[in-house]
Amino acid sequence: MTSAALAQGSAAARIVDAGTRLDHLLVTAGAWLLAVLWILPLLFALWAAFHPPLYAARFDLTAPLTLDNFTRAMAAAPFARYMLNTLMLVTMTLAGQLVISTLAAFAFARLEFWGRDLLFFLVLVQLMITPDVLLVENYRIVSSLGILDTILAIGLPYMASAFGIFLLRQTFKTVPKELDDAARIEGCTTLGILLRVYVPLARPIYVAFGLVSVSFHWNNFLWPLIVTSSVETRPVTVGLQVFASVDQGIDWSVISAATLFTSAPLLIAFLLFQRQFVQSFMRAGIK
Amino acid sequence: MARPVGDPCMDRRLLTTIYAWLLLLPAMVLLVAFTHYPTVATFWASFFSTARGRRPASFLGLDHYRRMITDDPVFLQVVWNNFLYALVTIPLSIGIALVMALWVNERLAGRGFLRMAYFTPTVLPMVAAANIWLFFYTPGFGLLNQIIALFGGPDVNFLGSPETALWSVMAVSVWKEAGFFMIFYLAALQSIPPSLKEAAKLEGASDFHYVRRIVLPLLMPTTLFVLVNAVIGAFRVVDHIVAMTGGGPSNASSLLLFYIYETGFKFWDTSYAAALTVVLLAVLITVSVLQVTVLDKRIHYR
Amino acid sequence: MSRKSLLAATAVVALIAAAPSARAELELTLNFPVAVGGPITAIIDEYAKTYSEQTPGVTILPVYTGSYQDTITRTVTAFKGGNAPDMAVLLAVDTFTLYDEDMIVAISELAQSDEEKAWLASFYPAFLENGSIDGQLWGVPFQRSTPVLYWNKEAFAAAGLDPEVPPATWEEQVELGKQLTLKDSAGNVTQYGVQIPTSGFPYWLFQGLTTQNDVILMNQAGNEVNFDDPRVVEALEYLVDLSTEHGVMAPGIIEWGTTPQDFFQGRTAMMWTTTGNLTNVRNNAPFDFGVAMLPAHVRRGAPTGGGNLFILHSDPEREQASLDFIRWLTTPENQADWSIKTGYVATSPAAWQTPAMQAYANDFPPATVARDQLEFAVAELSTHENQRVTKVLNDALQAAITGTAEPAAALAAAQEEAMRILAPYR
Repeated sequence: MTSAALAQGSAAARIVDAGTRLDHLLVTAGAWLLAVLWILPLLFALWAAFHPPLYAARFDLTAPLTLDNFTRAMAAAPFARYMLNTLMLVTMTLAGQLVISTLAAFAFARLEFWGRDLLFFLVLVQLMITPDVLLVENYRIVSSLGILDTILAIGLPYMASAFGIFLLRQTFKTVPKELDDAARIEGCTTLGILLRVYVPLARPIYVAFGLVSVSFHWNNFLWPLIVTSSVETRPVTVGLQVFASVDQGIDWSVISAATLFTSAPLLIAFLLFQRQFVQSFMRAGIK
Repeated sequence: MARPVGDPCMDRRLLTTIYAWLLLLPAMVLLVAFTHYPTVATFWASFFSTARGRRPASFLGLDHYRRMITDDPVFLQVVWNNFLYALVTIPLSIGIALVMALWVNERLAGRGFLRMAYFTPTVLPMVAAANIWLFFYTPGFGLLNQIIALFGGPDVNFLGSPETALWSVMAVSVWKEAGFFMIFYLAALQSIPPSLKEAAKLEGASDFHYVRRIVLPLLMPTTLFVLVNAVIGAFRVVDHIVAMTGGGPSNASSLLLFYIYETGFKFWDTSYAAALTVVLLAVLITVSVLQVTVLDKRIHYR
Repeated sequence: MSRKSLLAATAVVALIAAAPSARAELELTLNFPVAVGGPITAIIDEYAKTYSEQTPGVTILPVYTGSYQDTITRTVTAFKGGNAPDMAVLLAVDTFTLYDEDMIVAISELAQSDEEKAWLASFYPAFLENGSIDGQLWGVPFQRSTPVLYWNKEAFAAAGLDPEVPPATWEEQVELGKQLTLKDSAGNVTQYGVQIPTSGFPYWLFQGLTTQNDVILMNQAGNEVNFDDPRVVEALEYLVDLSTEHGVMAPGIIEWGTTPQDFFQGRTAMMWTTTGNLTNVRNNAPFDFGVAMLPAHVRRGAPTGGGNLFILHSDPEREQASLDFIRWLTTPENQADWSIKTGYVATSPAAWQTPAMQAYANDFPPATVARDQLEFAVAELSTHENQRVTKVLNDALQAAITGTAEPAAALAAAQEEAMRILAPYR
C-alpha cells in the first residue's frame, strides 16, 4: 500500500470515526428514550401510590407524599394472607419440580432403557401443551381429586416440568463420565452419585431454573383464578384482581398501592440480584 | 447390581429399565394426569353436550365444530383477533427485543439502568402490569390522555373503543415481553467472539453491515427459540384481557383462551369449551410441528 | 378469620362424628357473597349468633365466599362434590342456572302454612319476579339494589340550573345535559352532562331505558327474549344519541368502575349507577349531591338487581330449618336493620314502616328514592343460560355504542343468537 493510499485510508477512518461518534450519541439517546418509555407506566403507578387520591392524576411537584394508600389497601383486603399463600405456592411448586425433574433428567441423561425415546417425547409434549391451556379438564381432575380450592391444586399440574427435565438432562449430559466412574469405584450408589456428583455440578442451572420457576408461579394468574375461591388459598395475583374489580368506584391510588405492594418482593429481589436474574434467564434460554 | 443369571446383558438392561422407570414414575404420573389424559379427555368431551342437573349429556358428534364455523360469530372473531394479535405482537416484541439487546450490549452510558428499565416489566405479574396500564389508558385523567391533551388532541377511550381496544392490549403485551426476549438475545450476543467485530472493522464494514451480515445470521437459532416461545405465549396468556377489558367491547379484544375461560367457567358450558380447546391445541401442535420439520431444517441449529 | 373458619371446620367435623346421637342439633351453613374481613361480615355474624342463641337446636354457620362470581362457583362445585351449603345468597338472575342444575328447593313449596304464605306475599312484587319459574318461587329477596340517578348540585348551579331539580324525562336529561356539558378553549369537553356506564354489564342500566320505554326484555319462562322489539331499538338509539347526536355523554364504552370517580372529579354532572354506591358517594363527593329516580319516558322504570337467598337440596328437616332462619332474617325489623347498616334496599313495605327505618329515611332522604322507584321496577334480565344470553345483549349494546353496528341491526342479530341459545329450553 502506498503512503498516499494510507493517508487516504486514515482520513476515511477519521470520517468514519466522527460518524460513529454521532451514531453513538444517537444510539445512546434512542436507548434512553426507550428506557424511559419502558418504565413510565411504573413511575406513574409509583406516583399514584405515594400521593393522596386527589393527586393521583395531577402532577404537581408540591403534592404531599403519603403512605396512606398502602394502609388503606392493606385494610381493605387480606394482602398479607395472599402473600403468604403465594410464598407457600412457589416454595411447594419449586420443591416438587426440583425433586421430580432431577430424578427424571438423570434417567434420561445417563441410563439406557427400553422406551426412553418414547417417554422423552411424552415429556416434551408438555412444552407445547402446557397445563394452563387445558383449563376445563384439569379443573375436572383437580376437583375429582378433592383438592379444589387448595394451594396444592394450583401447583400440582406444574410439578412435572418438561422444561426443568429438559434443562437438567442437557446439563447432566455434559458431566464427564470419568467423574461418574470414579464415584462408582468409591462405592457410591447410583442415587449417591446423582446427589454427590451431578446435582452439585448443575448448581447454576438449578438456580436459573429456580428463578424462572419462582417468577412464573408468582405471576401466574388464570389457573389460580379458576381453582381458588377463598382467602386462605388465593395467591396475590388473584387477590389483586378480586380487589381491583369492585362493583363500586375504583380508587386508583389504592389500586396502584396494592399493585406495587404485590409485585414488590419480586421487584426488589430483581433490583438486588439483577445480574443473577438476567444470567439465570439467559442460562435457562440457552439450549 | 445383582448377579446376572441368564443372559447378563439382557438382565442388566431389564434392571436398568426398572430403575429408570422408577425414577421417572413421579414425573410420568403427573404428566399423564395433567397433560396427556386431559388432552385426550378434551377431545372426547367435545363430542358431547354439557350435562346439566335437569338434562344429561348427549352425543353430538361434530355439532360443536359445525356450530363454531356456521353459528358462532364470537368464535370467528376471537380467532381473527388472536391471529392479528400474534401477527402484530410477535414481530414487534422480537424486533424491539433485538434492538434492546444490541444497545445494552454496546458500551452505552448508563447500561445498567437501561437493562433494568427494559427488563423490569418482565418481573411484574401480568395482572399487576394490566392494572397499571388500565390507569394509563383511562379516558380523561389517564396519563396517556393527559399527554394527548397537552398537544391539543381529543380524548381517546383506548379500551372502550373497538378500534383501539385490541391494539391497546397488544401494547401491554409487547411492553411486557420485549424485555424478556431481550435476555435471550443478550446471551447469544455475548457468546459472539469480539474478534469477529474487530475483523469486520478491519474489513471496513459499517456497524450496520456488521449487524446485518454477521450478527443476525448468528442469532438465527435464538430468534427461532424466541419465536416459538412468542407464538405459544400469544395463545396462552390472557391475564391482561381478564384484568383490562374482559374481552370487550363486543369481543373486540377477546382472545381464544379468554373465550374458552368464559365458556367453561362463566357459561358453564364445559363441552363447548372443550371443543374450543381442541382448536387451540391444534394451533399449538401445528406450531411445534412446523418448528421441528420446517424451521429446524432451514436454520442451522447449533 | 382463619381461626374462625378452623373452628367452624372443627365444629362441622365434631358434628358429623356426633350426628347419630345428637340429631336434634342442626348446623346450617350459609354461603354469603362478601369478601372476608369486610364490614358486612360482622353484621352477618351478629345475625347468625342472635338466631342460634334464640333457637335451640339450630346453629347458623356463615361462610364468606367473596364476589357473587366466586360464590356461585364455589356453591355449584360444592353441590357437585356432595357437600353443598344449606343456603346461599346468589344473584337473583342466576335462578335459572340453579334451577337447571337442579340445585335449589322451591321456596313456595316449602312454605305451606298460612303464616308462611303471608310472609311470602309481604315482599315488593318487583323483587319476587326474578325468583319465579314454573309458577313456583325459588329465591327470597335479600341483598337487593336498583339503579338511580346521582346529580352534582354545584354543577347544576354553576350552569344556571335549579340545583334541586334533576331531569324527570328523557328529553329533560338531554336538555339539562347540553347545558351541563362544558368545553375548554380548544373545544375539548371538560365536563359531560351525564354518564351511563356501559362496560362489563351494560344490559342492566340499559334495562332502565327499555322499561321506561314500556317494553320487557324476556318472557316469564326465561326461554324467549324480546331484543329486537322496536321499543328496545328506540331505547338503544336514545342511549347512542346521547353521545353521537347530543354530545352530552362521552363517546365509546364508559367504565362502570371509574364512573363514580368521574363524578367526584367533575368530569360528569350526572351519573346512573346502583344504590349500592350511595355510601361511596356520600363519603367521597366533594360537593353537594342529589339522588333521584331515573328519568321517565313512556313510563317510569328501572330494573332490580342484587342477590336472593336460596335453599339448596338436602333433607326436609334441614330445608325447613333453613326456611325458618330465612323468615327470621327477613322480618321487617331485621330487614330495616340490614338496610340501614348496608345501604341495600329493604325488600318489603312493612320494613319501611318500622320506626328505625322511618327515622333513617328522615335523616337521609336519598335512601328512600330506591324504595319509591320500586313501584316502577321490573325483573332484571334473566333467562336459561343466563350469562351467555346476557353477554349476547351486552355485545350488541356495545357494538351500537361504539358505532360498529346500527342499533336495529345489532339487536336483530342479538335476538337471533339468543333465541338460538334458548332453543333447547322451548
